[in-house]
Order: sequence, then C-alpha cells, then structure tokens
Amino acid sequence: MPTLKEYAKEKIHFSGGHRLCAGCAAGSMARQVTMAFNKPTVVCNATGCLEVASTIYPFTAWEVPWLHVAFENTSAVASGIEAAYNAMRRKGMIKDEHIDIVAFGGDGGTFDIGLQSLSGALERGHDFLYICYDNGAYMNTGIQRSSGTPFAANTTTSPAGSVVPGKGQFKKPLVDIVVAHRIPFVATAVPAEPKDLIEKVRQGLDVEGPAFIHVDASCTRGQRFDPSLSIEITRLAVQTCIQPLYRVIDGEYTMDRPSLRIANDSSKKKPIDEYLRAQGRFRHLYKPEQRDDLITLFQEDIDKRWDEIKAKCGV
Amino acid sequence: MSKIAVTGDDAIAQAAKLVNPDVVAAYPITPQTIIVERFSDFVANGEVDTEFVCVESEHSAMSACIGASTAGGRVFTSSASAGLMLMFEIVQIASSSRTPIVCAIANRAISGPINIHGEQTDQLLFRDSGWISQFAETNQEAYDQTIMAFKIGEHPEVLLPVAVGIDGFILSHAIEGVEPVTKELVSDFLGGERKSTLRLDPDNPVSIGLLHLQDYYMEARAQVRDAQQRSKQIIIDTFKDWQKLTGREYNPIESYQIDDADYAFVTMGSGAGNARTAVDELRANGEKVGLIKVRVYRPWFGNEFSTLTKNIKGIISVERAHSFGSPGGILGQDVKSTLFDAKQTPYIAEYCYGLGGRDCLVKEWTEIYNRSIQGFNEGENLPYFWWGVRE
Repeated sequence: MPTLKEYAKEKIHFSGGHRLCAGCAAGSMARQVTMAFNKPTVVCNATGCLEVASTIYPFTAWEVPWLHVAFENTSAVASGIEAAYNAMRRKGMIKDEHIDIVAFGGDGGTFDIGLQSLSGALERGHDFLYICYDNGAYMNTGIQRSSGTPFAANTTTSPAGSVVPGKGQFKKPLVDIVVAHRIPFVATAVPAEPKDLIEKVRQGLDVEGPAFIHVDASCTRGQRFDPSLSIEITRLAVQTCIQPLYRVIDGEYTMDRPSLRIANDSSKKKPIDEYLRAQGRFRHLYKPEQRDDLITLFQEDIDKRWDEIKAKCGV
Repeated sequence: MSKIAVTGDDAIAQAAKLVNPDVVAAYPITPQTIIVERFSDFVANGEVDTEFVCVESEHSAMSACIGASTAGGRVFTSSASAGLMLMFEIVQIASSSRTPIVCAIANRAISGPINIHGEQTDQLLFRDSGWISQFAETNQEAYDQTIMAFKIGEHPEVLLPVAVGIDGFILSHAIEGVEPVTKELVSDFLGGERKSTLRLDPDNPVSIGLLHLQDYYMEARAQVRDAQQRSKQIIIDTFKDWQKLTGREYNPIESYQIDDADYAFVTMGSGAGNARTAVDELRANGEKVGLIKVRVYRPWFGNEFSTLTKNIKGIISVERAHSFGSPGGILGQDVKSTLFDAKQTPYIAEYCYGLGGRDCLVKEWTEIYNRSIQGFNEGENLPYFWWGVRE
C-alpha cells in the first residue's frame, strides 16, 4: 500500500476554486477520493452541496467527466452509464478499456430520497462505486433533518424547541441496509483518515460489481463549529465510535486501524459528550440546562451499535 | 415484404429491435406496456445486443436513459400514464441534457381514479418539456414512427428526446397488419455504422448538468427552444427519406378530403380512423367535411396547420384528453391560437371525448359533426364540451 506521502503526489481531479464553504469536509473528501483514481473515471453527482458548489456554469471543478441529473437518481444514472459503456464496448464503438464509475450523494440524496434508486442499482449489480458523504442533514437547502441526522440534533425541521429537544429519532442504519444487499464491498470512512479513505476508494473501484462507502463529512454551517475544526470533528466521530471505521468485503467484516485501536483499548473510546459539546447543533443539550437524560440515551445507542460492529468484526 | 400481424406494442418492439439500441431501461408500472416484455425476449434470445436495464421505477428508467444517452449510447424506453407522471421530473432533464432518448408511450388515462385504458392526457402533460411529441394512428405508423424517431432525435441539429404515442389498448393491444422493413434498411436509414458519440469521455473530460443561475439559465433553455424549431425541417426531411425507402408518406400535419371541405375534424392518434370513416359517411350525404390529423404535436407545425385550414369555415377539434379549468382542450388551445392569426378565423367547436378508454363510435363522430354544424349555422363557436359524459 502506498504511504500517505506517496498518495500526496497523486493527481487531484477536483480542483480548487469551487464554492464549497471554508472548512467543508465534503470538499476534502472529494479531493481525497479523486487521488485514488488510477483508471479512466467518470463521476456522477446527486444534487447537493458538492454538486451545486463545484459546477456553477460556466465553471467546473471536475477534471474528469462529470454528470449531474437530479437529486434522487444518481445510482440510476450510474446504472445507465455503465450499461451504455458495456454495450458500446461490445459493439466496438469505444476503446476496450475499463472505465471506473463513481457516484456521489449526500445523506439526504442517499438515506432518504435516493435510497430506492441506490437499492435498485445495488441489486442489479452494476459495477460502480457509490460514495455517500454524510454531513448529517440537508445542508445545501438550509439544514433540514434527514434520516441520516443524528439523534437530538437541532435542524430547521427538527428544531430544538421548548418542548421537543431536536430530532427524536436515531440515525438510519444505512450501512447495514447496504450490506444486506450482499454487494462485494462496503466501507465507512472519514476525511480525517485520508490514507484509509483513499485505500477504500481504490478497493471499491477495483472490485467487480457495486461498492459503497459511507463517509462522515462534517459541515461547519449545519453542525455549527469553527471551520478550522472540520477534520477534527470527523476524527472525533471515529474516536467516540459514532462513526466506526470498517470494511465489509464479500460479507466479511474487518475493523480498520483507527477504530481497532479503540476496540483493543476501550480507555481510548471517548464519550459522546465530547462530540456533542464540539457542535452547536447539540447546544440545547447543555444550555439552558444539561440534558443528561438525552446524552445518556445517545451514548447507550452508540455503545450498542459499537458492540454490534465489534462482534461483526470479531474484535 | 408480406405483412405481419402484430399489436401496437409488438410493432414498436419489433421496430426497436431493428434499431438495436445500446441501452433499454424500463419499469413495468401499472399500467405496464408490453413493449419492453417483447424487447426483453429479443435480449434473452440474443436477437439484439442491447443492455437491458430492468430498473426499480419509472423515475430510475428515465434517469438511467439519461445516463446511458449522455455516455453516448442509443437509448430506448417505453412508458404510460402513471409511469410518465413518476418520471415527469426527469423527462424535463432529458431534453435540457440534450439526450435523444426515444420513448414509446402507450397513452393511457392517469390516476385518479385509477384506470388503465386509452387516453392521451399523459403524453400531453409534458407538452412544455422540450420533447418532440408524436402520435400514431395505426400500428404501421407506430412501427414507422418509432424508427424515424431515432433519426430525428439524434440529428446533430436536434438532439432532443422523442415520444411516440399510441392509444392504450386501442392500438397497444389490437392486432393489425404491419408491413415490416429489414434491419439493413433501418441501418442505412439511420446512417449506417454508428460511430462513438461519447460525451462522458475520459480522454476529453467535460461536465454536464451544471447549475445555471440567473446569468445563464435562460440561454440554456433558449437552446432547447431553438432545437425544437430546428427539428421541424429535420422531421420533414426524415419523413421524406422514409417515404423514399418504403413508399409510405408521412407529414407532421395530415389531411383527408380537405381540399374542398367547408368543415374539418381535427384530432390525434387512433381516433382519426373513426373520424375518417365518419367523413366518408358524411360526404356520401353531401356534407363537405374533411379531417386534419396532427401527427407531430411538438414542435407545433402552425404554418402547415394554417395552410390546410385556410378555406375552412368551421373546425371541430376532438381530443382524447382533458385539462381541468382551462378554456378548452389541450390540443384545442394550439388549434385556437393558430387560427387566431388566420385572415378569416373559422368557427370552432371543441370536444373532449373517450377519457379512460371510453369508445367513440363512427356514428358518434357523425353526431359530433351535426351538433357542431348546427351551432356554426347559428353563427356561434361552441363552448368546450365533454362528449358522452353523463352529467
């Protein structure tokens, strides 16, 4: 495996000058993802922050072929691209070379409105890599809750009011749902662990058939923290085990090193309290009074999921 | 070649087989069309080398079509009614992405209440979407127009998706004789060996489907407008090319017994068959009546329509479609706005008929005629009327 220094020399196909916010982890993710490209690659992008901010006509940040159609259908679009390449290759209309296909969607475009199209494409077995960059709400349209939004988060459609303390539901277990499709490659990642992320992208592109990576990509505007902290917030997500890092290859779970360290030494597991305090979207859990009841509920859910994933990974 | 006996759905599937698209993506919503069932038989038996993507919804069907077409593939799908409604968002993007997808539509009533029978409102509802929109009267026309649709849509001056509508059940499930053509003829007609039209080309990366804000959105939409205008000549040329090869004449707006007519029915699709028979019967009784059949609904061939109607005293516009709360029918609005520019505006009577597949017999067309003429003779346009509805 190349070192991070070697990766740093790779061409980045997502150029600067795009209009993502300062401190947007989705932008960092996009750069890291394209560093893994080593074959002819096309990208399709669901409507969302990454799409809107990277391609304001007449400008584009993408140095690979890139297609946006709509919000909820990027897996179907990728299916069509793959089918066309297959047919045209068979008919000798295009070069006989493999073309990698990457689809990006946010949490709204994946957990919610794009779930059907994703499930369909996974079931049909198209050879593409879907990357869900999950920033925990519909950030592009103004921080509305999605089924990927964590418990208790304050969003514009799950506002923390005097009676209801933010989102009442826990995050949809999307990765479990994707794994249940029995596709060859599923993984989780964070921009704070670039080598891990880049390796997973390459691995996902190299398998035959569908691959899926869930990336926790923090959002300074919606999660409410200083733009300088975006990478640290995603690191904290790993350290608190809200985003354990693992991969599932042909159904076999393997825990990756940043999470494995915690699994092997539970004293390294940070309480969710640290993650919550770092973000303004959870401020109502501390002011005007500390809601230990909700924080405990949150912690219990994370512990339960962490135990489950440890068991699956055999650690 | 000797005729084959096929349903409208079969005819279209056979036509698509000769075209041998790169990708067919489709979904069997209720109501489902048999077109893709037939086509998947061809795939299963190796009669085409198409990638058949059996998607999980009509929304994904059109999305996959756009992906495939943008990648450079030749793409076909089919849909109807609720399916079109579900893909409606993506239908708009197909034209703005300039993807020459061909979509055969077995026109059927839209919910609710749920009904699966013939009606053209489904296709007419994407009137404003930038698609080239055509209707066929017979299974032969459905067959021919499906093949021609690829040539029209893929023309570099056009690059727009094309819809070919056949009335649900009336054509889609009814068997008629169709004179087939050969694969070689279709291949020659469509320009011989296809070259790559790769737009998502790793060697030449471009971005497609960008955000156009206030500074560019209108220009992007104007390009679709211009392509619609340019398509008029391409449609006429394509119809002529087809006629040279097959002897079968096609025009965007067609007429029957119009030269000396005082009055004319205007309609689209299979209803033109009964209308034509009604014209014959009325003429046998000395009525000077003709028929105008709109084959190509979008782009609207206003000049051709005006030329045909310049001596007509009364127009009877009859459509198997409806628009709630509007001043008239959907087709009727185009008819009326075109006639507004005529030197002598004829009288007009507008009818909605046959919704949800309700029959309209030849004698009813005659009754529609008599009712209209009575009004015209009293010096009046007739208000929009729903024929055959129990009030």
